[in-house]
Amino acid sequence: MPGALSHLRICDFTGQLAGAGATRFLAAFGAQVIRIEDPVNQGRWDILRGMPPYVDERRGVELGGPFNNHNVEKLGVTLNLRTERGKELLRELVAISDVVAENFSAGVMERWGFGYEALKAIREDVIYVSNCGFGHAGPYRDYKTWGPIVQAVSGLTFSSGLADQPPAGWGYSYMDHTGAYYMAIAILMALRHRNRTGEGQWVDIGCTEAGASLTGPAVLDYTVNGRPLRRQGSPDSNRSQHPAMAPHGIYPSREEDTWVAIACRDERDWRAFAEATGEPWTQEGRFADLRGRLVAQDALDELVAGWTRARGNFEAAAALQGAGVPATAVQRPEERIDRDPNTEAWGLWPTVRHREMGDVRVDGLPVHFSETDWTIERGGPCLGEHNAEVFGGLLGLDADEIASLEAEGVL
Amino acid sequence: MTEPGPEAGPGALEGLRVVELCDELGTFAGKLLADMGAEVVKVEPPEGDRTRAYPPFADDEPGPERSLYFWHYNTSKASVTLDLDAEADRERLRALIDRADVLLQSGEAGADLTWEPLRETNAGLIMVTLSPFGRGMPRAEEAATDLTILAGGGPAWNCGYDDHALPPVRGGGNQGYHTASHFAVMSALVALLHRDETGRGQHIDVNAHAAANVTTEAGTYTWLVAQQTVQRQTGRHAGVNPSMPSQVLCADGRYVNTGIPPRRPESFAAVCEWLTTMGWAEEFLEFPLLEEGMRRERFDMSMLQQDEELMAIFGAGRAAMNFLATRLTAYEFFTGGQERGFQIGIIYSPEEVLTDPHFIARGFPVEVEHPEMERTVTYPGAPYRFERSPWRIRRRAPRLGEDNARVFAELAADAG
Repeated sequence: MPGALSHLRICDFTGQLAGAGATRFLAAFGAQVIRIEDPVNQGRWDILRGMPPYVDERRGVELGGPFNNHNVEKLGVTLNLRTERGKELLRELVAISDVVAENFSAGVMERWGFGYEALKAIREDVIYVSNCGFGHAGPYRDYKTWGPIVQAVSGLTFSSGLADQPPAGWGYSYMDHTGAYYMAIAILMALRHRNRTGEGQWVDIGCTEAGASLTGPAVLDYTVNGRPLRRQGSPDSNRSQHPAMAPHGIYPSREEDTWVAIACRDERDWRAFAEATGEPWTQEGRFADLRGRLVAQDALDELVAGWTRARGNFEAAAALQGAGVPATAVQRPEERIDRDPNTEAWGLWPTVRHREMGDVRVDGLPVHFSETDWTIERGGPCLGEHNAEVFGGLLGLDADEIASLEAEGVL
Repeated sequence: MTEPGPEAGPGALEGLRVVELCDELGTFAGKLLADMGAEVVKVEPPEGDRTRAYPPFADDEPGPERSLYFWHYNTSKASVTLDLDAEADRERLRALIDRADVLLQSGEAGADLTWEPLRETNAGLIMVTLSPFGRGMPRAEEAATDLTILAGGGPAWNCGYDDHALPPVRGGGNQGYHTASHFAVMSALVALLHRDETGRGQHIDVNAHAAANVTTEAGTYTWLVAQQTVQRQTGRHAGVNPSMPSQVLCADGRYVNTGIPPRRPESFAAVCEWLTTMGWAEEFLEFPLLEEGMRRERFDMSMLQQDEELMAIFGAGRAAMNFLATRLTAYEFFTGGQERGFQIGIIYSPEEVLTDPHFIARGFPVEVEHPEMERTVTYPGAPYRFERSPWRIRRRAPRLGEDNARVFAELAADAG
């Protein structure tokens, strides 16, 4: 069955996760995503090609687990842009592509002679989406980033932490994922604009700006009330600010390094919590309303922790969920991936076939479409795996010509 | 050549009609569409959306038009009030949906709506529902908040401190809701492009818990690929094996992320130059090791454990970066290092971003008029820069029922 985006072709220079994650989403809905890689350095524009985890003891540019995860359902071709013939083939590819996407440092595409003006000269209505840490203009245009640096500068690292502790930040590249989501949104919105008006355009994403747009209420509290998030005892992100709730936090459970998250949204939840736990202190007058519980929140949290410490985290969560109170074990990877009935029922971990790695499980998508749902079956492409399909099938080169271009180092 | 900038003009979603029937899980999706030009009608109960009572409030005075939370999440939207327990208003909701391109739904209001009956009168309708666990899924009845979505869905396990006596941390800012909303928008747009080709709409089921699960990078694929479990560390990636700290307190009391330490001759040369320029070359006792680093032809990091001199050089590079960070202000360290090619970052508090010269030069902070308060308020600006069809806050968040008269008149006119 054709996918929702089977009519679209993307000339894809993205890599890592901040770019590759965007075209991955589109490929899962059938867009033809043609990933272009450099044969000379074996595709190492994208360091994830050879990075762990690995499925076995083998190592190399075809065996990086992250690369496979982020590039499912894409085609892979090699093209040496140092050569005139390579540039010519890229021009032919751009001419039949709806979108050119990249997340190099600012200026790389221009240096190759494929900046927006050049792309537009090849195809008037092309959509060009660039994505880097600080965007293609401004004082920090040449600064380099990866996920944790984007998170630091945009205010997200600071926003994550316990009171009177250093920032905890994000233990993964939240803004690589999220930068990719903004890049996918930008591509799709620009396509919608083209459908309506016939116009292509350049969309530039500075990932730090996307990140800084995710802290709105904290920013407004400063610009309106003059109250900075950087103040004594703040932030304390396991507690709830918008709206205020108590109890609200991550509490220790019986076994070492096991935890349960509990949120009492309102008075109904608090009464249900009191009933489910049966703890006498829940009846104390100082906890009778939200205001009181907020004032005495440190003491309250100690008492809640006393109850949770006596129990397993899944057991405590089930008891509270039974009473309608939001609660969950802080799930370890193996718990949420292999033992959570919901992720299994959803089909969240599809298995793809990769030419070298074999069958590997990958991230699925957290959405289901009633008419044109996603498909994730094919693993990330090996270097030049689809040269014949793309240069032959799409651009009309014959097998001999492809073979000689490979021999000459153009492909 | 001019880069895309914050200009006026029609947004990419001009003409798109959206009905938003969302609690806080999905309301950000409505903002993302509205700020790009879609006409988003937010349906509120007569007493107002619950989030109008969420702090913080302007001047710390509560009131339905004063919630900064509501202000932020509802820019560029229209508001109509409907009593969904009353038949006449249910008819109005049906009429609104009949002329909509997209229906966004999350939370209790509208939870009973399904696509099949709605498509009978609007075949092109794209209905996007967001819920904590997906409609009809095994855990669909469980209560959830941003905290439990991020704690049960994977992110919290990865975040926190080296000291595991401290709990895992839920990152701030309701990012669990944001991630679900991002997927709602991406999906609605995919369905829209499909509809442009075929004329057919569809239902999209967004699962917030699943969205968190697939937004934890190595935390997930390390298990999927190698069945290994990552462990949280202070201010850096969770890992199967511990890595060195990368967060340093600077002279002004702010932190920086020191990134990846020098591991190439050029970066050792840069750190030597930096120390020398600051006049600290003699004071930094391992300086000779840095000079050794400049002279090394190549760095084979896989030999680190076997090559003692390499280990010492590498350690000196890290120590030099830490030394510089503790002597400089966070901003001096950030710009001084970046100018020398180091991928490092200042750890800003959200409000500090607005006064950074780069963000100002790019026009990131935007001014929004609040005429009733005779006030102009600075908001976070564009997450992306469209050359032809820009992001823009069209209007401050709507007052309760502000657009009733206009929207109801349009419905009446449609009904003929």
